[in-house]
Parts: sequence; C-alpha cells; structure tokens
Amino acid sequence: MPTVKSLEDLKRIREEALKKREIKNAPGTVQLVVGMGTPGIAAGARETLKEILDFIEEKRLPNITVRQTGNIGMDSWEPIVQVIIGEEPVVTYGKVTPYVARQIMEQHVVSGKKVTQNIIPA
Amino acid sequence: MREIALHLLDLAENSVSANAKKIVITICEDYRADLLTASIEDNGKGMSPELVKKVTDPFVTSRTTRKVGLGIPLLKEAAEESNGRMVITSTLGAGTKVEVTFQHSHIDRMPLGDLPATFLSLVIAHPGVHWVFHYSVQPPGDAEKMDFEFDDQPIKDTLGDVPLTDPDVLAYVRGMLEEGIKSTQFVEDKQLFDFKRRR
Repeated sequence: MPTVKSLEDLKRIREEALKKREIKNAPGTVQLVVGMGTPGIAAGARETLKEILDFIEEKRLPNITVRQTGNIGMDSWEPIVQVIIGEEPVVTYGKVTPYVARQIMEQHVVSGKKVTQNIIPA
Repeated sequence: MREIALHLLDLAENSVSANAKKIVITICEDYRADLLTASIEDNGKGMSPELVKKVTDPFVTSRTTRKVGLGIPLLKEAAEESNGRMVITSTLGAGTKVEVTFQHSHIDRMPLGDLPATFLSLVIAHPGVHWVFHYSVQPPGDAEKMDFEFDDQPIKDTLGDVPLTDPDVLAYVRGMLEEGIKSTQFVEDKQLFDFKRRR
C-alpha cells in the first residue's frame, strides 16, 4: 500500500471514475441509510457501516450512496439499515450485524434478492 | 458504549442535527500530563444556557423538546469515572463545543477505540458537512509531539461531482485516515500491541 496520499493521486482517481461512468451508463442508483442514533451506535451500527463500505471497496461497486440518519424510533431492531434501489419502495432491515450487512449487499444490492428474515415487518 | 471513538460518533450526530456546516473533532493524548482530551466543536444552532444545563441530565430532558438523548450524560459519566470532566460551551446561533477530559492512565478510562472507522463513517455519510479532525500525541519522556490533521475540504474540491463512495475514493480516504492515525499513535510495547491486534 502506498504510504503517501497526495491530492495528485486523488485527481487521477477522479479522472478514472469519470471515465468509468461514461462507459457504464449508470443503472439504478442505490441508497443505503444506516441508523446512527445513540441506540444504533451502541448496538454496533458503526461496524455495520464499515462492513458496507468495505464491501463497496472490495467489489468495486459504483453508484451507491451511503448516508447516516438519527434515531429511526425502533430501538429494539438496531442496527437498522434502509435500502432504496432506484424507484423501488424502501426496504427496512433490522438487527443488521456486519454479517447480515454483507448478506444484504451480496443478495439484495448486487442480485436484487431481499434478505427476508431481517426485514422489519411494517 | 465501549470506546471514546463511539461516543464522538454519537456526539457528532448531535452536531449534524443542529444544522452544523463545519465540525471539528480534536483528540489529544498527553502522556506527560497524563491527560486524554477530546472535543467536538460545531457551528450549528447552539443552545440556550438553560438547555446546556439540562443536556447533561438524563432525567430532566423530556422527549418532545429534547435535542439530545442519553449520549451526553453517558459520556459525562464515563469521564467523571476516570477522574475527568465534561465542559459544554454554547452560544445560541453560533455553535457548541463539548470537551471531555480523562486521566489517561486511569484504570476505568475507556479505550480510545477505532478512530479511523469513526472518522470514515462521518465523512462518507455526511458529505454536506465540512469535517476537520485533529489527532495529536505527546509521548512520555523526550519524544517529540506527533500530529495528524485531516481536512476533507481539499478532497471534496478535487473530486467535484465524483462521490466519496466511489470505490477508489473510498480506499483513498480510508487509507489516509488509517495510516495517519497509526503513524501518530504512541505504542508503549510494540510486541504486546501486535499480540493484542492479532487476537
């Protein structure tokens, strides 16, 4: 791993990202929202978020935005992750450990198959 | 919560909900003075003196009017348990600063925890906020003070419309934070440290 991170490196990364975008013609964008209120953090939401970011980096997934939100109001289900793909309705997952986060990324985000056992019943 | 880094993540969330546009997190480990100081300063909407008094008391804040929950009382208690304290200064309309100190060597002081993970989640998940992180360490004896500063503005200016969640950008920012903090940290016993990390 290179030890010096300069803005020149970042400029190069940016050029490459823009090139990739032209080729790919962006499919549906994916939005992931992680609940990061006090209960979420206490339940391990940071590790869940970290796993999601590691997965994006590892599998080199484009067009994913990751956001944090405060307390969603379902403390016993924390950590909570919401998945919004394109125009589809929001899917809210509960008890998302890093392991479950990886399942959601692999099955729902990449292959479009929901991880049913962790969906919070409406 | 088991780490100071997690508490900082929690407090930063308060600053974000107070509509802060710039948030500065400063952590200083001073082995000479036996002090660990962490502070978070924002330019959000601030609090009235009455509210400042209330936020540290978990039983006074009522759910409908509250701006903060259990986060602040929990951290205050953690600081006081290890011979430290919490000071909140706030000006309505100008911003808030929360500072906590701990006796560095106190047996009950919780570990600093995973600072890179905390910083990375904040930078990535709140791209609308200008984040600045300072981490400095004054080792014991004659060793020189080590400093690490991270400011996300130059990165965002360079990126333009390329998102922070682009895989390569993510790797860049993560590497920057991890390497910067690792090279600033003071390790008392290198072998013991590596042993703990492997477990």
